[in-house]
Amino acid sequence: MSLIAMPQPDAMVISRRTAIVQELAALVGPGGLVADEDGRRAFETDGLTAYRCMPLAVVLPRSTDEVSRLMAYCHAQGIKVIARGAGTSLCGGALPAEDAVVICLSRMTKVIEVNYPNRTARVEVGITNLGISAAVGANGFFYAPDPSSQLACTLGGNIAMNSGGAHCLKYGVTTNNIMGVKMVLVDGSVVEIGGDHLDSGGYDLLALVVGSEGQFGIVTEATVRILRQAEGARPMLMGFASPEAAGRAVSAIIAAGIIPVAIEYMDKPAIHVCEAFAKAGYPLDVEALLIIEVEGSEDEINGLLGRIVEIAQPFAPAVVRLSQSPEQTAAIWKGRKSAFGAIGRISEYYCMDGTIPLGSLPHVLTRISEICASYGLRVANIFHAGDGNLHPLILYDANDPDQVEKAELCGGEILKLCVEVGGCLTGEHGVGVEKRDLMVFQFTPEELALQMRIKTVFDPGWLLNPAKVFPLAGREAAAA
Amino acid sequence: MQSILKPATEWELQRTLYDLSEARTPIEVIGNGTKRAVGRASQAGTVMTTQSLTGVPLYEPTELVMSARAGTSLARLEAELASNGQMLAFEPVDLAPLLGGTPGQASIGSVFSTNVSGARRVMAGAARDHLLGISAVTGNGQLYRSGGRVMKNVTGYDLARAVCGSWGTLSVLTEVTFKVLPASQETATLLILGLDDDIAIEALAAAVGSPYEVSAAAHIQASLAERLVHEGLRAERKSVTAVRIENFSSFVRYRADKLKDALKIFGDVHEIDNETSLAFWGELRQLSLLQRSDDPLWRISTSPQAGPRVVASISKFMRCQAFYDWAGGLVWAEVQPAADAGATDIRRVVASLGGHATLIRAAPAVRAAVDVFQPLEPGVAAITAKLKSVFDPAGILNPGRMYAAH
Repeated sequence: MSLIAMPQPDAMVISRRTAIVQELAALVGPGGLVADEDGRRAFETDGLTAYRCMPLAVVLPRSTDEVSRLMAYCHAQGIKVIARGAGTSLCGGALPAEDAVVICLSRMTKVIEVNYPNRTARVEVGITNLGISAAVGANGFFYAPDPSSQLACTLGGNIAMNSGGAHCLKYGVTTNNIMGVKMVLVDGSVVEIGGDHLDSGGYDLLALVVGSEGQFGIVTEATVRILRQAEGARPMLMGFASPEAAGRAVSAIIAAGIIPVAIEYMDKPAIHVCEAFAKAGYPLDVEALLIIEVEGSEDEINGLLGRIVEIAQPFAPAVVRLSQSPEQTAAIWKGRKSAFGAIGRISEYYCMDGTIPLGSLPHVLTRISEICASYGLRVANIFHAGDGNLHPLILYDANDPDQVEKAELCGGEILKLCVEVGGCLTGEHGVGVEKRDLMVFQFTPEELALQMRIKTVFDPGWLLNPAKVFPLAGREAAAA
Repeated sequence: MQSILKPATEWELQRTLYDLSEARTPIEVIGNGTKRAVGRASQAGTVMTTQSLTGVPLYEPTELVMSARAGTSLARLEAELASNGQMLAFEPVDLAPLLGGTPGQASIGSVFSTNVSGARRVMAGAARDHLLGISAVTGNGQLYRSGGRVMKNVTGYDLARAVCGSWGTLSVLTEVTFKVLPASQETATLLILGLDDDIAIEALAAAVGSPYEVSAAAHIQASLAERLVHEGLRAERKSVTAVRIENFSSFVRYRADKLKDALKIFGDVHEIDNETSLAFWGELRQLSLLQRSDDPLWRISTSPQAGPRVVASISKFMRCQAFYDWAGGLVWAEVQPAADAGATDIRRVVASLGGHATLIRAAPAVRAAVDVFQPLEPGVAAITAKLKSVFDPAGILNPGRMYAAH
């Protein structure tokens, strides 16, 4: 994809590359610098693979001290810095720039302290999302936000993007599960924000830092909330003849006072692809499939699932299937959680991430079909129905430049539609490079200027993750 | 005589703030004024209230979302939610009766401006966790929106949550959109009487660390328990350790039994029924046990395990009676009167054990003399001051209410 313009790199910085690389080498431990071309190649893109750029250099610090020294150096030299975790961002949040140093936190993976009575864990943020749950799982605890990439993605990336997941209907997203951070500011100074207590003392700076897409500083450590696992959990499948019926069933379940831990929706194309991949036993002849998971004791689960089946009856589910075993449960979730991978096996796809009010789902799905058809592209839809987060996957041929461009335009139209119906451009992936230029559809120029002035509080020289989040035009005036 | 500005529309509020900022006229921003006695005393001669901005532009029970104009009273909103079997899950504590006001009169704008949360915070999160979006006006009259009406939204920086808890010093909220949740079918409470603080907090940790979704965990020292409205408990003259379970009735039965079993090593576990439970947590929500006193009252947020140590350390310096909420992580400490309300010693204790302390009740002269909010570390203080000047360049919104410098 090629529609999004990047700023002109700083020629001065690029001309000094050799000296900068030498100086960086002195600031990190052995093996902490990647400067050769092959090495840097591994960092040239992230989950938004259509965009690529070789960074000036990559550093892999092992401590907050090293991050602090690196930031102080780059700040003094006027060099841009792009923070990176595992590089799984779907919006180009970690896309490098030619004149920027990538500070990659993937070697900072320590669990510093777990305090079960306080229900907190202090970790370095290079740890993977699932790594936290793995560290506390034997004691019956877990870390709640569960983005699909949780096996690979780092907590640092989750904090930058305020990541969500399938189970956040009940447990919230990243911002609801972070209690404190240690953050290195652009000049290398280190601040502690929050801690192991529940609420903020002064302004809620933590709220600003979570979701700031690496533009306010580099978080190196975090205190996260860990929760006790439920006694058990079990999903069920319900297939419907139309999106309307499925949407109304979800509304009715919630109206009855039941908040399942997850309600996932898949449309027919998504069902077919996922079933072919995961053999989860998904019904193939329905238009809409709901995966609904509830938690509790065995009796509670049976009671809740039974009640949900009752509530859904007026909407005539064509298929109702309760998981009967841990194997079936695993298969049902494998199908959903591997949806992106499964679709990736049949085609390149462009994954959108708008959020919409649940009531507008039928309208939005109809419009998405129309929009995609007008570009001659196919689409599969995956939807976190409980919280309105919609992932249309636009299928295209990456070898056809025309289709590449169409997919991007098509995606832009879909996101504008999400904003029109009262939703937003991005529910959990972040703005990054991908949606930077669409921000003008969600915010007024004054609103963008206010956000940019806040960015300037943390980063007066705009050195941190520079080409992301805001349209390139109007930056200087707004930030002044 | 203070002049009171009462804009009737968002547009009027915006114009008024623009004019005030041009004239550099500082104002005290209030809703219904129930929390005016908290914070450093206002120096402003002009008051602006949002109480004319009322109404509920959006309520979609099946999408768990409500929008309300800032001046709408909490009582009205909670009544509307209750009629649909829903609630504000963060159960905001009502400071009004504590500070001489009428219960339920707090405006929803003030609830989010001060990020007040109650007992259920331990399970469901704080006010800020339920806030989805805001309309607000900056100190120089710029209207802006942040967030929206959907549950998941990471579009742009999270200004809504950043403004939540800023006590009207960054912006004036005109409308808030928030998540609502189903109210529970049944509430049960397990009580253990006579526990020392340390053991009580251990019991509460066991309860909230269980899989039974404990929705409140509190411990009241004996001297404060004697002030409870609940006659039976008052008559016991013992400390009260309380754990709440809320859910469908059949769940509550099963979970209460499981929890009783888990807690019996700490002492005899008593259970009170639905109605008595609602009354008990209702009075805690209004801090009934802290109302009949003029002694300085501190609200200390710390880690649950540090809670009893904070109280024990403070007690070395002064008479201190404590009510612990949030499994020990929130300490309401009533201390003996002193020129600084005990600030010097309390702040030293909190600095060594972690967290922060806010002086909630004290005479205006005391509040003028000490830092009401926890003083900030230099790095955070610098960011705080710069944020204030971005949102309120002329420094007219509640100047000095949180920090003397701005």
